[in-house]
Amino acid sequence: MPGEKSASVEEIDVSAARKIAAGHRAQGNSLVTVLQDVQTEYGYLSGEVLEAVAEEMEVPFSQAYGLATFYSSFSLQPRGKHHICVCMGTACHVRGAANILEKLERDLGISSGETSEDLKHSLESVNCLGACALGPVVVVNDAYHGKVSSRDVDKIVADLE
Amino acid sequence: MPQEISLTIDNTQVNVPEGTTILQAALNAGIDIPHLCYDPAWGLPPTSSCRLCLVELEAAGSLVPSCSHPAAAGMVVRTDTEKLRQTRRMVIELLLSDHPHDCLTCDKAGKCDLQKYAYQLGVKQPSFPVDPIPIEPVQDGPAIVYDRSKCILCGRCVQICQNLQISEAIDYLGRGFDTRISLPPGQSREQSVCTECGNCIDVCPTGAMSYAAAEGAGREWELETVPTICPYCGCGCTILMNIRKNRVVQITSHPDLGINKGLLCVKGRFGIDFISHAERLTAPLIRRDGKLVPATWDQALDLVAQRLLTIKNQFGPDAIAGLASAKCTNEENYIFQKFIRAVIGTNNVDHCARLCHASTVVGLARAFGSGAMTNSIEDFEVTDCIFVIGSNTTECHPIIGSAIKRAAVQRNAPLIVADPRAIELTEFSTIHMQQKGGTDVALINAMMNVILAEDLADKQFIAERTEDFDQLCKAVEPYTPEFAEKITSVPAADIIRAARIYAQAPAASIVYSMGITQHTTGTDNVLSLANLAMLTGNLGKPGAGVNPLRGQNNVQGACDLAALPNVYPGYQKVDNPDLQAKFEKAWAAKLSPKPGLTVVEIINAAAQGKLKAIYIMGENPMLSDPDVNHVEKALKNLDFLVVQDIFLSETAQLADVVLPATAFAEKDGTFTNTERRVQMLRAGLEPPGQSRLDWDILCDLARRMGYPVSYDHVSQIQDEIASLTPIYGGITYDRLTHQSLQWPCPDADHPGTPYLHKGRFTRGLGKFHPVEFIPAKELPDQDYPFLLSTGRILEHFHTGTMSRRSEVLDELVSVGAIEINPADADRLAIADGQNVRVASRRGQIEIAARLTDRVAPATVFLAFHYREAPANRLTIAALDPIAKIPEFKVCAVSIQPA
Repeated sequence: MPGEKSASVEEIDVSAARKIAAGHRAQGNSLVTVLQDVQTEYGYLSGEVLEAVAEEMEVPFSQAYGLATFYSSFSLQPRGKHHICVCMGTACHVRGAANILEKLERDLGISSGETSEDLKHSLESVNCLGACALGPVVVVNDAYHGKVSSRDVDKIVADLE
Repeated sequence: MPQEISLTIDNTQVNVPEGTTILQAALNAGIDIPHLCYDPAWGLPPTSSCRLCLVELEAAGSLVPSCSHPAAAGMVVRTDTEKLRQTRRMVIELLLSDHPHDCLTCDKAGKCDLQKYAYQLGVKQPSFPVDPIPIEPVQDGPAIVYDRSKCILCGRCVQICQNLQISEAIDYLGRGFDTRISLPPGQSREQSVCTECGNCIDVCPTGAMSYAAAEGAGREWELETVPTICPYCGCGCTILMNIRKNRVVQITSHPDLGINKGLLCVKGRFGIDFISHAERLTAPLIRRDGKLVPATWDQALDLVAQRLLTIKNQFGPDAIAGLASAKCTNEENYIFQKFIRAVIGTNNVDHCARLCHASTVVGLARAFGSGAMTNSIEDFEVTDCIFVIGSNTTECHPIIGSAIKRAAVQRNAPLIVADPRAIELTEFSTIHMQQKGGTDVALINAMMNVILAEDLADKQFIAERTEDFDQLCKAVEPYTPEFAEKITSVPAADIIRAARIYAQAPAASIVYSMGITQHTTGTDNVLSLANLAMLTGNLGKPGAGVNPLRGQNNVQGACDLAALPNVYPGYQKVDNPDLQAKFEKAWAAKLSPKPGLTVVEIINAAAQGKLKAIYIMGENPMLSDPDVNHVEKALKNLDFLVVQDIFLSETAQLADVVLPATAFAEKDGTFTNTERRVQMLRAGLEPPGQSRLDWDILCDLARRMGYPVSYDHVSQIQDEIASLTPIYGGITYDRLTHQSLQWPCPDADHPGTPYLHKGRFTRGLGKFHPVEFIPAKELPDQDYPFLLSTGRILEHFHTGTMSRRSEVLDELVSVGAIEINPADADRLAIADGQNVRVASRRGQIEIAARLTDRVAPATVFLAFHYREAPANRLTIAALDPIAKIPEFKVCAVSIQPA
């Protein structure tokens, strides 16, 4: 199953997460800030990492988990090497974002919200990226692609290593 | 005192202290405002999330949530206007939009707040129906079911878990329609911090959280609710038995009831089903041709009477002994010891308190004059520091454990834990001193050494209230923290820090249990703690004290009512001629002035053939006593063994006659909890088969042995106790029907005593006892290199007679395991879960290994609940010379992969 390659299969080194949490805690920063930085470090928030952060921040594990599941920008699954976001906001939608997403799903063999088994790709749809003039918008890792057509999708996918 | 203010609610003038919320003010005045997410009875902070309790403020013209909005002087509040009704209807309609309308078959019907308010507000159909996505209820463990479709996300369960129980196991997960209450997903139950206390069930206003086994078993109006006292540990929680057709369907609780204020643990809530277990004894049994066969009461009791009389006549009364029970009521224990003393004529009566707190009773009586918990459970809400030593409180006394956690987390009261294991409380502690087993005296002496060296002692208290202080100073002088570090392996710096924190707190409480008492130096350990408390003036005031936590529901009562070989009820010495005369007159019998034998001495005397018969009421020495191989030989060596119990325990299987008794749920009477609180228990069920009340059996037997005694009701026994026992003098049945009382309570007008030794110790002056460190009797060596400590776990109780017959508890933990440090396991090539052979000089067992760094290297821990792997085959019957308590906490064992 895509996305089910859970962290427990291989041992995760949580020391970086602990270090980030300790740094933020010393400055009195909130848990959300910590989780953002920890996600940047690991690419996603695994159970082990969340547990380590909770322990370091002295908050209940249940609370850290609750927070991580509340914000959609946090991912509890490993993300692919290439993380692809398709904007489904109103402007993008009327210009055919649904077709773009469908094609990506087909070409990558994963549904929105999933990660490929080889951890190469992950796909996600978001509600609005605020770049409506460029719609439909697709973001690959941090690179924005505007006015994307179906043909552009072929090129985007082909460029992914 | 906050100032009193006056406001108007619905044209009624209401006076309340400043700071009161509008909701509370209204409820006080008898005005009901609908509320869902907040239940003032539990004392949890309001979350203002359901918006049902909105009220109108006339001046502002605005709607405010009354649960959190403070009442103000001159405020004019309306709670029931058309605008409010409309708003509230909208709230209910929105909640019902994705709530299943299955009230017809919902177990919560009749007790559901959502249903109640929908009815009150006349909501028939929600205006915004959403096609609910069918969601199956989730059941993570054997007991608790969460039906997300019925959940209104009020968060009461999250709050109770985080703020009262302090487990912090559950929280909201997800967002929008996907929001639910959950353990962190992916965690197995064992990994999770959830203790299955089920308090989330009691606070849930709808049917979202429920008890699996209660499904379909009866609804509110079909159930009879009988309040009584939990039969497990010494906390003495009030439980509500929900009964239908002579069966307890479910145990619930209420925040207004009992010392537990509505909280329960997994045993109290889900572990009661043993009372209707198929293995309950229902008829007397007599041994014929080596087999126990059913008999009539007449046959059984005549046989017991005749055999006991014969043995008494032939060998004298001292050839007979009785073991009473910390599981039975005060009245039953009173009758039992009266039977042994007045009918048999010996003082050979004891019970399992010998195995748990004998050293407390002796030690504290010597130091203070009274051998009981000095303060109250409620005191943990005001104490400034808690020093827990040798008590795994959260597992063995869970309700007190939660109170200690609340003090540490919510009031930042420093928590000092001294325990050879990294128990749960160490997660909340300021300091954890991980002393080697059996080195407590050195540790406590070193703390006193620091207190004296740094001039932190309470000189005025010492001068005015104590004696023999000089001897103490001399005794603790050599115990510098550095010296103690060598003995205890606790870093000197930690000892110094702990001593300072404890001594500098205005009121500091010492909490201890078996880790202190079950040693050959048990009495010494207790005396050391008494010294420490006196040295710092921590006695005779709220929030302070020396607080031994008693292990069984009525072990305090069984001691108070003289199931002990040296005293009459109320600790009146049997060798005092005046007291002997008093009881001879009251009981119309000749009594023996010679103190009797203690538990282990009784077993030894049986093994030596000096004792011919033992009458055991509700005890199971075949698992509970040290060195059970020896116990078995001793019991088999008797001429006659009678066991009165509710199950055919390991001990009952050896008996010549077995008498079927009643369980707590089937009888009236009183229990005395760990804080000396006498509480009433009430019969809710009919006893099974021919089983009879324990006191009734004993009185019948006494009459057959020529001693005329009879009572119509247990209240008559209670009255007799009050008339003979000064500390119970004012504790009458009538008073107990509407309150509970803490002894001493000498007369009918006395309100009871929340804390002892106020202004004066029971013995006059508190007495310091110089105590030297003595090593445990049997320490690890080359052949037996591990130090074995025994104890309890949360899910089971003592010899498992009750808890292992509970479906939920047995499913939670069905087999025993020995805790081993991973480093040791690695060296011995033992994997987690692998079976190991544990051997001591006295016996061996086979049991699974659990690898955990809760135990230090070279030490192992084993619970004594398991008949298939009895820990007490390994333990040593070495006794404390004064209290005669065995050293359950230290013996040497070897471990090999099986």
